[in-house]
Amino acid sequence: MRALERHRKLTAIWSSEPGFRGWFSTVNHTDVGKLFLVTAFVFFLIGGILAMLIRAQLATPHSAFAGPEIYNQIFTMHGTIMMFLFAIPTFEGLAIYLLPKLLGTRDLAYPRLTSYGYWCYLFGGSMLLVSMVLGIAPNGGWFMYPPLTGPIYSPGINTDFWLIGITFVEISAMAAAVELCVSILKYRAPGMSLDKMPIFAWYALVTALMILTGFPPLILGSILLELERAFGLPFFQADLGGDSLLWQHLFWLFGHPEVYIIFLPAAGVISTVLPVMCRTTLLGYGWVVAAAVALAFLSFALWVHHMFTTGIPHMSLALFSAASTLVAVPTGVQIFAWIGTLWKGRPELHLPMLHILGFFVTFVIGGLTGVMVAVVPFDWQVHDTAFVTAHLHYVLFGGFVFPILAGIYYWLPQVTGRKRFFRLGEIAFALIFIGFHLTFLAMHWVGLLGQRRRIDTYLPEDGWTTVNLVSSVGSFIMAMGIAIVILDVVVHVLTATRGPRNPWGAGTLEWAMIIPPPAYNFASLPHVASRDPLADDPDLPLRLARGEGYLGEPREGRRETLMVDVSSGAPEALVVYPANTRLPVAMAAMTGLFFLSLLLKFYWAVPIALAGVAALAWRWVWQLGRSVDEAPAPVGHGITLPSALGADRSPGWWGTSFLLVANGTFFGSLLFGFAFLWTVAPGWPPPALFEASLGEIAVGVAALAVTVAAVESAVRTNRAGGRPLAALLAGLIAVFCVVAVCAVMMARIPAPTEHAYYATLLVLTGYALFHALLTGLMFAFLIARVRAGFTSPSRRAEFTIVSLWTKYLVLTGALVLAACQLPDLFT
Amino acid sequence: MMATLLALSGCGGPLSMLDPAGPAARDIATLWWVMLVGALLIFVFVLALVVAAFRRPRTAAPTHSPRDEAARERLFVVTLGIAFPVVVLLALLAYGLVIGERLLPRDEPSVVRVDAQARRSTWDFTYPGLGRTSRNVLHIPAGRPVDVAITTADVIHSFWVPRLAGKLDAIPGHINVLRIEADRPGTYSGLSAEFSGPGYSHFKFEVVAHDPAGWADFSEDGTE
Ligand code: HEM
Ligand SMILES: [Cu+2]
Repeated sequence: MRALERHRKLTAIWSSEPGFRGWFSTVNHTDVGKLFLVTAFVFFLIGGILAMLIRAQLATPHSAFAGPEIYNQIFTMHGTIMMFLFAIPTFEGLAIYLLPKLLGTRDLAYPRLTSYGYWCYLFGGSMLLVSMVLGIAPNGGWFMYPPLTGPIYSPGINTDFWLIGITFVEISAMAAAVELCVSILKYRAPGMSLDKMPIFAWYALVTALMILTGFPPLILGSILLELERAFGLPFFQADLGGDSLLWQHLFWLFGHPEVYIIFLPAAGVISTVLPVMCRTTLLGYGWVVAAAVALAFLSFALWVHHMFTTGIPHMSLALFSAASTLVAVPTGVQIFAWIGTLWKGRPELHLPMLHILGFFVTFVIGGLTGVMVAVVPFDWQVHDTAFVTAHLHYVLFGGFVFPILAGIYYWLPQVTGRKRFFRLGEIAFALIFIGFHLTFLAMHWVGLLGQRRRIDTYLPEDGWTTVNLVSSVGSFIMAMGIAIVILDVVVHVLTATRGPRNPWGAGTLEWAMIIPPPAYNFASLPHVASRDPLADDPDLPLRLARGEGYLGEPREGRRETLMVDVSSGAPEALVVYPANTRLPVAMAAMTGLFFLSLLLKFYWAVPIALAGVAALAWRWVWQLGRSVDEAPAPVGHGITLPSALGADRSPGWWGTSFLLVANGTFFGSLLFGFAFLWTVAPGWPPPALFEASLGEIAVGVAALAVTVAAVESAVRTNRAGGRPLAALLAGLIAVFCVVAVCAVMMARIPAPTEHAYYATLLVLTGYALFHALLTGLMFAFLIARVRAGFTSPSRRAEFTIVSLWTKYLVLTGALVLAACQLPDLFT
Repeated sequence: MMATLLALSGCGGPLSMLDPAGPAARDIATLWWVMLVGALLIFVFVLALVVAAFRRPRTAAPTHSPRDEAARERLFVVTLGIAFPVVVLLALLAYGLVIGERLLPRDEPSVVRVDAQARRSTWDFTYPGLGRTSRNVLHIPAGRPVDVAITTADVIHSFWVPRLAGKLDAIPGHINVLRIEADRPGTYSGLSAEFSGPGYSHFKFEVVAHDPAGWADFSEDGTE
């Protein structure tokens, strides 16, 4: 087969539907990655316009530009949009677009999930925009502290938009995180062992793991606050056994890791781009990976530094202060490894390098002020002042926006296949750099002079007028710079000067393909033997196009790729992806209906939406099955591999495992909340403990035991070639007993609106009930599968997945049972 | 004299934490100046390293032998990346802890205790033992430590008098105690420093520090 013929055949197999309609059915990571990035950039512009409004308002004292009602919405939406709708989605888009290309494969693990995540992001983000257009946007600040945001002090719908809209958007973060973890660990080019992975993949892996463990506390907090607002469950009301501090803990358990979730991908960009700009390789690859991992771990031990002024006991103040300053060490390792890389190579001042220098200057200052605010006495002064706002922008703009601009200019030729035409980028950089530092250096100063954050006006006597004016002028200079960047990118995309294939002389695989990239990425998959495969073999692109790698023979219109061993990268199984489908967008719309009916309090529509989601999910999973066994197939280089459907650890198993990590964190946060309220909140003990019932305990434990026994037996029977209908049926019945026990317990909880204790029990039992129903649905699915002849010893993946969920149900169900019943038994 | 100097240097102003008027604020202001100088030194050092990388003479081609690589890692990662921050941070932490200890509300015979309760747009102060209350103006004796027990009747607020001390939050159901002290009699501006919805920008109060005679008057019967 000639290269051109192979290109035609692969394109026919992999390409999305043409035109506008294709947007809705594409599941291709290149398409979805670009959609993510463009959408995130639009949100950046909206957030930026809001920032300009803020600076316009604060430029002079007595500003009559916006009243407090509107102004509070403006800064809340600025922070919210920048954090949730710009920064995180930009990471998702970048990783989704780049990773398969960097890893030398054809797509991510779950193409339909990629697309579902995008639509959830778009729909959820749009909800927030609608609220802004209608003038009913969230207005409690981006961290939404109750009781200000509770039902008593914020009765309007504004806060609900935040809680529900952001939770909707977080689905996309969780989806991307699960998918990135599995893709990085299992979907690489053969031979790419972990230590040969491009550094960006390591950063993306760490970031994705942090999303999985960082976001659940926020999702839990949002659910609890929404339950309080909608149904009066008093989790955060001090007079009813709640505590507003619980929100702060949950929020910052998320919020601090969030900062590193934003910074780490940017650091990944620097670690990728900087060495290329210096014509060398990254200094201390292993150290840098270790530093990223250390940063991830540490960042979960720091959240209290956002609460230094809440009256935390002073021993823990000292500990958290020490831990907070300690993050400077892994950060320092990275900074100095980059500087060492500069020294090692021959740095050249291309445009991406300018932005990297902008990053150095800005981020180092942000890091230094960060260490300052980690010192408790100083934080007591500057907390909630403009100093902190300035600090956080040095970190976020310096640590994210500059690296992303470097990345945009670095990869733009890869995306478009074109060359830059005008030299606008350099002017833009100068304006952004100067404007940024004017704006935010000034804000440090005015913070020290006592200006609080989030005020909409001040008096001439306060003595802040000049500094604020300087800051505002700076921000408009910066805005001009950003506008020029947009112009530059648009001109780049529209001009038709074709560029060379590997303009920067990079060594990573994203440059080893035709640019702009074809839908299938690589005509055949490379065998990787070092960290810079393209530097080792400059002819690699040609050889891959000629089909000399793996999977060079397109087969029966199937989208194929390889799954590899986690650490060695040895090829393990053959994966066939699902093709274009509108299922993800339909699923996202149905999910949106669910959130919308909660928002508008159309509770009658909630069951309809849930049933819709369940039906679509059923269809989603059903489509993956095969009614006949797949024979092992040759994949090139003389290797023959079995289908991934027969693996004990199938793609679905891996995805489930990571999803359960996130789910477990959610449940753990719930237990933490319970313990926190019990020990710290005023208004405890509750009027009476939940009355223990030996009957419920006995039935519950027995039913859980039967469930897990049933699923184990089903797994074994299927593997032995039998049809495990009896075991599955027994499991289904046992699950319904679990459902019944949960329901009975929920019904017995006295007055959940009268004490946070009862409210928490309601959530705990509700959690168990939900998982029991979910497991029941899975048993029913397996029964349908077996009866339709979709299972066999070599088509067994679904059994192991259901087994995981069942064990999770048993574990959490038992803990819920214990948390509800034991306190009464032991007092 | 000091005040004009400060005003000239741009550090003055009724709410400036860099124009301290009490021991706590003074300690923290010193901490700030020390940290600022330290941070500037580190910043200049790091930037100098970056600039030097561009300026290095490029006589021979850069070497990539494993030995060079290991030497570079030792220098940049281990010495500069790990040892250097650890030393600086330990020093800073020790300093921060010492100051932190000094700010704690300790038992002392001369301590005066007041209760502060915030609610949106007002601060109510009660003086246990004196049987008095005041609204939006806190009266304290100058030159004596005062413990303010802070709480709230509605949402979260924060009690902050920048020229006297750091801030501490008023949280429903909790009482937090902040030690403040004014060196000299006078009036000091205070702010409510946790966002509390519309009206937040104007949510301020005052602290009046009395000389001994004035405080005696206030304690006995004096009217506000
Ligand atoms: C484009 C240039 C930007 C400008 C001029 C700007 C300006 C501002 C200003 C003046 C405030 C303070 C409002 C106040 O509390 O008084 C603010 C708050 C904030 N900004 Fe930005 N910002 C910019 C970009 C960003 C970016 C890129 C991010 C994050 C990735 C970000 C995140 C935030 C957050 C989280 C807040 C806090 C909001 C709150 O207090 O609830 N900003 N910004
Ligand atoms: Cu933090």
